[in-house]
Amino acid sequence: MSEAKATRRVTVANHTGLHIRPISLLAKLASQFRARIEVVKDRQRANAKSVLELLSLGGQPGEEFLLEAEGEDAEAAVEALARLFAQGFHEDEAQTAH
Amino acid sequence: MKFADFITPEAIQSDLKADDKEGVIREMVQALVEAGRIRAADYESIVKAILSREELGSTGIGRGVAVPHTKHPSVDRLVGSVAISREGVDFDALDGEKVNLFFLLISPQDRPGDHLRALENIARQLRDETFCRFLKQAKSAEDIRQLLEEADNNQFAS
Repeated sequence: MSEAKATRRVTVANHTGLHIRPISLLAKLASQFRARIEVVKDRQRANAKSVLELLSLGGQPGEEFLLEAEGEDAEAAVEALARLFAQGFHEDEAQTAH
Repeated sequence: MKFADFITPEAIQSDLKADDKEGVIREMVQALVEAGRIRAADYESIVKAILSREELGSTGIGRGVAVPHTKHPSVDRLVGSVAISREGVDFDALDGEKVNLFFLLISPQDRPGDHLRALENIARQLRDETFCRFLKQAKSAEDIRQLLEEADNNQFAS
């Protein structure tokens, strides 16, 4: 039985980029899924459940990434993560302090 | 961005005495004052700003590493330091582990890009487990300086 796969292209929409808070939200959300999820930029790959690996991608505002998931809930996982990217990690609601 | 671009060598500490979050932050900011990178008059305001950032969510990013940070109007470029705690400190890290390796960053108000590039560099280097382990086991500030220099010269993977 082959594992379900899903991919989605996403853009860093919040204007401060992927600093620690957005990445913590991303990793926390990714950890709710069983699928193996990776965030890919060029030849760099990060496990979407690891804050340290995600930080190493250095997501500047406007940059594009590819989400790749593999596992029974792969489609739901990339859908949820893509939505978080599109919502700009809720930063506009929680603006001010850095 | 390299470590040499933002780490203040004179502020590196290999044996923090503090045993809690606020103590670690105070000790590291004090080292930057003593190194002449920030003014003593700004000490309290910087410490308070870093502590309020921690209240929004811990900067303990897992694997025994934390990156306490803030923006502050008193700096005109990114100022950073590194410190090690032998015992490890409870920092409310995301993975619940104690933290023994700290990177403290103070950024100018208008330069989020540099902050991201520093985080990227720290995380990319620490993904190398050998570098991460060596750094945590460093016995002196001089050892830490050498390890950062080797990392800057790509002597660890990636």
